[in-house]
This record gives sequence, C-alpha cells and structure tokens, in this order.
Amino acid sequence: MIKFLLMVNKQGQTRLSKYYEQVDIEKRPSLETDVVKRCLSRKKEECSFVEYKDFRLVYRQYAALFIVVGISDTENELSIYELVHNFVEVLDKYFSRVVSSIMFNLDKVHIIIDEIIQNGHIVETNKNRILAPLLALDKMAEAH
Amino acid sequence: MPAVSKGDGMRGLAVFISDIRNCKSKEAEIKRINKELANIRSKFKGDKALDGYSKKKYVCKLLFIFLLGHDIDFGHMEAVNLLSSNKYTEKQIGYLFISVLVNSNSELIRLINNAIKNDLSSRNPTFMCLALHCIANVGSREMAEAFAGEIPRILVAGDTMDSVKQSAALCLLRLYKASPDLVLMGEWTSRVVHLLNDQHMGVVTAAISLITCLSSKNPDEFKTCVSLAVSRLSRIVSSASTDLQDYTYYFVPAPWLSCKLLRLLQCYPPPEDGAVKGRLVECLETILNKAQEPPKSKKVQHSNAKNAILFEAISLIIHYDSEPNLLVRACNQLGQFLQHRETNLRYLALESMCTLASSEFSHEAVKTHIETVINALKTERDVSVRQRAADLLYAMCDRSNAKQIVAEMLSYLETADYSIREEMVLKVAILAEKYAVDYSWYVDTILNLIRIAGDYVSEEVWYRVIQIVINRDDVQGYAAKTVFEALQAPACHENMVKVGGYILGEFGNLIAGDPRSSPLVQFNLLHSKFHLCSVPTRALLLSAYIKFINLFPETKATIQEVLRSDSQIRNSDVELQQRAVEYLKLSSIASTDVLATVLEEMPPFPERESSILAKLKKKKGPGAVTVELEDGKERGELNGGGDRGGDAAIAASNASTPSPSADLLGLRSTAPVSGTTPSAGSLLVDVFSEAGPSATSAGVNDDGFLSSAPPTVASEDPAPPLPESDELLNKFVCKNNGVLFENQLLQIGIKSEYRQNLGRMYLFYGNKTSVQFVSFNTTVSCPGELQSQLNVQTKTVEPLVEGGAQVQQVINIECLTDFIDAPLLNIKFRYGGALQNISLKLPVTINKFFQPTEMAAADFFQRWKQLSQPQQEAQKIFKASHGMDTEVLKAKLLGLGTALLENVDPNPENYVCAGVIQTKAQQVGCLLRLEPNAQAQMYRLTLRSSKDTVSQRVCDLLAEQF
Repeated sequence: MIKFLLMVNKQGQTRLSKYYEQVDIEKRPSLETDVVKRCLSRKKEECSFVEYKDFRLVYRQYAALFIVVGISDTENELSIYELVHNFVEVLDKYFSRVVSSIMFNLDKVHIIIDEIIQNGHIVETNKNRILAPLLALDKMAEAH
Repeated sequence: MPAVSKGDGMRGLAVFISDIRNCKSKEAEIKRINKELANIRSKFKGDKALDGYSKKKYVCKLLFIFLLGHDIDFGHMEAVNLLSSNKYTEKQIGYLFISVLVNSNSELIRLINNAIKNDLSSRNPTFMCLALHCIANVGSREMAEAFAGEIPRILVAGDTMDSVKQSAALCLLRLYKASPDLVLMGEWTSRVVHLLNDQHMGVVTAAISLITCLSSKNPDEFKTCVSLAVSRLSRIVSSASTDLQDYTYYFVPAPWLSCKLLRLLQCYPPPEDGAVKGRLVECLETILNKAQEPPKSKKVQHSNAKNAILFEAISLIIHYDSEPNLLVRACNQLGQFLQHRETNLRYLALESMCTLASSEFSHEAVKTHIETVINALKTERDVSVRQRAADLLYAMCDRSNAKQIVAEMLSYLETADYSIREEMVLKVAILAEKYAVDYSWYVDTILNLIRIAGDYVSEEVWYRVIQIVINRDDVQGYAAKTVFEALQAPACHENMVKVGGYILGEFGNLIAGDPRSSPLVQFNLLHSKFHLCSVPTRALLLSAYIKFINLFPETKATIQEVLRSDSQIRNSDVELQQRAVEYLKLSSIASTDVLATVLEEMPPFPERESSILAKLKKKKGPGAVTVELEDGKERGELNGGGDRGGDAAIAASNASTPSPSADLLGLRSTAPVSGTTPSAGSLLVDVFSEAGPSATSAGVNDDGFLSSAPPTVASEDPAPPLPESDELLNKFVCKNNGVLFENQLLQIGIKSEYRQNLGRMYLFYGNKTSVQFVSFNTTVSCPGELQSQLNVQTKTVEPLVEGGAQVQQVINIECLTDFIDAPLLNIKFRYGGALQNISLKLPVTINKFFQPTEMAAADFFQRWKQLSQPQQEAQKIFKASHGMDTEVLKAKLLGLGTALLENVDPNPENYVCAGVIQTKAQQVGCLLRLEPNAQAQMYRLTLRSSKDTVSQRVCDLLAEQF
C-alpha cells in the first residue's frame, strides 16, 4: 500500500503532501523533513529506493522537484517509480510548465492525484481518464 | 480549495485570504478571523435565507480558518445543506467540510448519511463518486454501518459507471479495513471476484486491490480469483503493445495491473488445476523470455515497466518455490541484473536473490554469482546497495564457501560504513560459528573481528567466543596462544583485553611452557593494559589475576603486590576495591587446595542457540535470518559481565557456598536440576505437590483403561504403545508433573523441567503391590525420524523393585530440531512370574521447548503480519470440550510455555501468546491467538510460526486442551 506522497523542492520544502495512512498533523513536518533529508542527500548514481523505518521510500527527481512516495512491502518499487513518472507526464500534459505551475494550482494537482491513487491504492493509470474529471470541471467553469 | 477563476470566483473569499496574508502579527490575524467568524455567524443566523453560493462561500471561509489552526464549532448544518445542492461545486465544498470536520454528532450523522444515500442513488456518476470518497475518507463505524451493505451492490451492478465502480471498490476496501465485521461479502463474493474479468482495465485495477485484501483474509472464499487472475494476466502478457491502447505504458501493456495480478497470486499456493497452472507457467516463461528480447524502446521508462513485472513474476516464482526450472531461470536473470548499469536494478536483484538463496532448488545457482556479489560489496558506490550485497553473501553462505565469504566480509569491514558495521560484525560472528569446521579458524575470525571493528563487537559476540573456547578443549591452547599474540599489539581494543584476560586466566597454563609466554610475561602483558581500561574490564582483569595465582604460584608475590597497591585496595570504585581486598585476602589465607577448588576451571556451558543470532534478528527484523522471532530476553543470561563476577568472588572469599565455581562472568553453569528424591514407600502422589487434583483425575481415567486392556502381555518384544497413550500424552501438554500411568500393579509419575532446548525428566516407578518386581527394565526409544530430532539419554534402573517401593529414573532430553512424534517408553518386569510389558508415549512435546516472549501489541501485530504466508499458519475451529473459564484457559496457555500477552488483542475475550521454540538447530518463533466464542461454545485457534510443521503441531496439540 502507498502510505504517502510528497512533492518537495530542492530546498527541502514540502510543496504538496498526501497521506493515505493516519499520521498526526503535528508529526507530519518532522516526518517530512526526515524523509526529504534522506532522499536529497543521495547522489544521482545511488539507487532510488531507500529503507526507512519499517517501510520504503521511492523517489524521483525532476529538475528542482522531488517526488517521494512511502510504500509498504506489498508494493513493487519499480512500478511505483514509474507511477511517479506517469503522474508527472499527466501534469505535463495538463500544465505547460510543471514546476512553476503546480505551485499555483495545487487544487488541480490534488484532483489529479486523487484520480491516480485512492486510499493508498493505484486506481487509474490511463492518462486520458485521469484528466477527464479535471477537463470536465474546467468546462463547467468556463460555461459559468 | 477551488481555484479562484473568473466564472466561479468567490471574491469575498479571495479578499479574506489576502487580508489574512497581509496580517503583520498573530494578534492581527486572530482579530481578523474573529471578525470574520462573527460576520459568518450573523449571516447563518440571519432571517434571510442564504442562497447556495453564499453558503458555499462562508463554508469555504470556515474551512480556511480551520486549516489555519482554529477551532470551528458551527457551520456544520450549512455544510450539510450544501450536500443536497445540485451544483457540483457546492456539493463538493459540502463534502470537503464534512470529511475534514465531521464529528460524531448523531443528529448530523443522520442527515449526512441521508444526503450520501441520495447521492448514491442519484445515478449521477460525479455525485456518486463524491459520496463514495466521503465515506472512504471518514471511514467511521457509523458510515460503515449505514453503507457497508449498499456499496457492494453498486460495485457489481451492471449499470454502474466505470469510474463509480473504481471508487466503490476502494471505498469498500477502506470500510473493510476499518470494520471487517460489518462488510459481509457473502453473496457478493463471486461477483466481486468476477470484476477481474471486467472489460475496463481501470475497474480491474481498482477491484484487484480489494480482492487482494479480501483474499489474504479469507483465502478459501476467494480462491476462484486464482484462475481468473491467471487468465487475465495471460491475456495481458500475450497482447501486443498496441492492444491495450491507453493502458500501454512505453510499449509495455498494463504494467501496473500485471504487477497487481502477480501480487494477488502470491496470496495463494500454486494452482491445483493443471490447466490453470500450465497457463500460469506459460505466462511466467513469457515474462522471463521478454526480458531477453531486444527492448522496444530505448527509454528507461520502458525497461523499468518491463522489469517491474519481471521482478513481481520472480517474487511469485520464489513464493511457489516448486518449479526448479523457473527458479533457476529467475536466478540467471537476476544474475544479469547484478551487472546492470542501473543502480536500481542491481539493488532489487540483490534483494530478490537473497530470498532465492534460501530455496533448495536455486541455492546452488545463486552461489555461482558469488564473485559478482563480492565485487559489488567492494565497489558499489551506494551504501544501501552494498548492504544488500552483504545480506546476499550472508544468505548464500554454506559450508563450501564460508571461509571465502567470511574473509571477504572481514576485509570489507575495515572500510565499511559505520551504519552497517555492527550488523556486519554479528553476521560474521554467526557465519564463523555456524560453519566452523576447525575452531581455531573460528577463534581467529572473532579475534580479527575485534581487531578490525572492536567498537562494534557487542557483548554477545565476545561472550560467545569465550563460551565456545571453554566448551571445546581442542581449541583452548590455540586460543590462549592467539590472544597472547593479539595482546602484543601496542593499542588493542578493550574487548580484546576482556577476551584475553578471561582466556589467559583460564588457560594461560597451556602456553606457559614457552619462556616467551611465561606466567610472568603473561601477567605483565595483561597488566600493561589495565590502566587504559574501563571499570568492568579492570574488574574482569582482577579476577583473571586471582586465577593466575592459582594457576602459577610463582606469580603470587607479584600479583599480591599489585592487589595491595593503593590504586587497587583504595580504589574509589567500590567494586574494584572490594575485589582487590577480597582477592588479596583469599590468596593469603586460603590453602592451595581451597584455592584450587575455589578457582577451578570453568565448567562447560550448556549448549544452546547462539544469542548473537537473537541480537541480529533484533537488529534486522525477520527475513535477514532464517529464524523469524527473537527472544528479547535471551541475552539476559549472558549478561552481567564483570559486575556479576563480583558476587561470585565475594561468595568465594566467604566460602559460604559449597561450590563457588569461580563464576567469572556470572554465567549460569549447568547446575543439576534440584529434584528431591522422595523416600521409598511414601505415597507417590506426594511428589507432585502442585499436581494433586490432576493426579486424581488421571487415576480415575486409568480405571477405565484397566477394564479394556489386560495388563499381561506375554512377549519379550516391546509392546506396541497403549491405545490410550496419545490421550495420556495430551494430558501433559500444558503441565510438566503428574501421574502418567497407573494400573493395579504400577504407578508411573513424572516430574520434568525444561530449559532452552534441554529437558530433564524424572520418572518414578512405584510398585503398588507387596511383592517385588523382578527383571524390571525400562527403555526409552525414539522411533523413526525422531531419532534425528531428539537426543534422549537415560541410565538403566535397578532390576529389582521391592513391594511398596519406588525407583527413580532420570532422562535427559535434548531437542535437536522440531519434531512431531513422542519418544516411547517401554517397561518390562515380572510380577509373580508373569511378564508385564507396557509401552507408553513419553510426554515430550515440542511446546516444552518454548521460551516465553513478552512483546507489545505493535510488535505482536507486526510479526503476525510478517508471518502471513498461508503455510506459516495453522488454524483449527473446534468445540469446547471443557468449561470456558477464563482462569483455566489462562493457566493452560501459560502451561503451554508461551507468554500470555495482555492488552494486545483489541478484543478482550481473545488470548494471544508468543514464544520461541528452542531447538539446537534453530529457534522458531511462534505466535498464537485463541478466540473463544462462549455463545457457540467454540474456539478458533490460530498459530503462526516461521516453520509450517511447528505451526501445525502446536495447533494440533493445543486444540486437544480445551
């Protein structure tokens, strides 16, 4: 199961976090700092999977943006690694410039994530279907 | 929060947010917020009915205020009202508020549930999804009660939209995880399983998460999913990369779905149906073949997706562990990855190979990659990859390559990362012991360990080397010589001084013949280190000195002088001071004989499983070692180091105990079991002071036996075991003492004690008649397999048993590995000329070697989960054959030998226990859960352990007890 997904910038600031397992709000910042520190300190040639406490981190870097996913041992690391890429490609398809756009459209990023992952499980991987609700919303907003 | 865009702009909200952002101080912010709260409150209370837009705006503001960290105590009603709006955005904000701020206000819950119900039946897919997400987000019991019945219907209905089905599947999964008792699949099971056949891949992707969870909990009910999953997988695997259109990712058809299907299959053993199995093997072969094909794209995404499936397929092959051909192919494939330029692949390959190494079919194939793995250990730039390489070396180690692997690990230790040194040290120590053919190699290895990584050598490691040296006299001389040489180094680690001090104190005499290591040289060498050491080490050295006085009288004067010096006898540390004073006194008062007795060589330690292993398990968790559970307390026995030695020393100097045994390390020696031999002729049951009532009940039972089987069997061969012997055996599963057997002539009582993997049993044969038994002879035998599993030793008894007298027989038992059968006891004697020949089963059952393990709830459930493979579990559901009294149940569970864990199971009616079965070969961790159902007078007993035979046996034994 997927435990959480974080989007972090190079300075280690969390840009977006999504938890699928109950973590107290007070504990999230320290968890995020710790998780991010581990991933940011790794070099390019090091492997993208990190053992962390009783679970694993899978991370992937896109320019100044890091995406970190915490998973239990029932998930397949490589498939999560590519899920991240699939997600980024969806963002890419929707926003013209991902890194700066997501900051100003976090709500839409949330909608996209919700279409891909629900309750910690992969629910949809088809890019067109992932974007369908968002495009429908945009249409509604325009029609208003 | 919705974007502030042209059409849907909530200008008021935007203004409010920017106001807050512009606040210069916390006080200003609070002031602004209070003003806004007052405003919203008045709007909500006002006479004028608010329109949907305003309600949405104000509820949004409340949400924002709440997210800033302020309490919100109103607005719930307005949010609930929004739920019934027909506008998507209003409904959405309503649900968002409910999801974030719901409380158990019953009045409100009813209204919310109503709104959800309406949306669920609205046939508007967007609304249905919103409602399902809300149920999943809240996931409360009330919600589950209200909707757990409805959602499966939505999930399987033919006219439900695909996106709604996806949400319904995951919503149901959430409810099932939160309140499994409320989600009753029953009639829906088959239709849910058939979602695997759904045309829509997204629906399959979502449903498979649900099915995997349900299958792992109720494998039998869902087992039809295996064939469906196989056929689905087969269709995907054999499809062309364009067939699945949008579900194809970089030319790989549906990689995520394939992984999930393969993962689902890992909940089950290999399919029994030949056709299904054939199809699955074909799929797995295709996946392996594809790995060899040229890539369809140069993009890393393509190979990653392909390899994700490949690794999952290999996991399944390892899980089945039954297809040698596939296992070897998997191993070869992983072997290729070991040299791949992608770090991720090397990492995963090393990890996967680690599990492959434990399969008998592929162990040899894994071993062929040893050079590559060693190379990885030396050259990988990423510490986590190196660590995997070390794990794999550990896993692939056996007698044939132990020396090479240990040598490589030792040399790696010199440069190893600090974070993994301790673990490496433990692993080297374990391998060195496990595969030591000659113990001098073992001693060398451990001393090297201390030299290279002394700081990381824990007490367990150096205790263990001492234990082994003491128990094996063939290595003592070598050990003395080696430590002596090691201590020559100008700077040696304190652990080396400890080992050196102990070993020279015991066996320094073995090298004293050489003038280069004469007693005085040895002493001076040790003493040169003394001042650099910590207090516990100094204490140990002082004990070594007094042993020197005994071993080498010529050193007495020198050592006494040292002891007498102010720095010892007036040492500010009480322990050191006391030792100095007492040893000095002891050496000057006691005669040589007394001294020789007091300071005698240490007796051998009882053989037992290495405590290092327990330590490694503790560090690493299961998986890294073959045994799954550690006993946190085991090291307690070996603990104590120098300080306990003080007690022994004091005892020695006071000469108050008859056998002070100079317990240098405070290690427990093989003290004889303190069984009191009752005087002959006394009433037999007196022996079993705590077994009064049970002894009588046994007696009652034996009357029945007498009528059914005549006591005379006229054959010299051991009789076959009595038909009742299994029943008699069962009586002793949860107790150690009592009457095993009784007839008109003979009564046999048992008293037994177990510790670690050793047991001692006292059998008392009582002659109930007034006439003597002649040619009385008893034999204990281990039939069949048991011979290699139990080591049973006993002495013969006197052939004559006087009338009314009782003879005692001691049986020593060593458990080598887990076993099922019980040893047979045959008793033959002549009574008035007639040969009596009786065979019984000795009540030695596997649970006797349990060591209780205390653990907290979190640990328990974590381990419980780790032991989730079907074969690790044994379960029985049976009717209560005795009363279900709590105290009796507890007593029985404690009698089993496990620790009864309180406050672990969420249901207070249930019992959970944990223990480790100690055998010479390994330790087997066992977890137990007993769920009584008083109403139905039934029990459900579940056993999980790292070894299937153990789970089954303990389950069988215990099921007879209630």
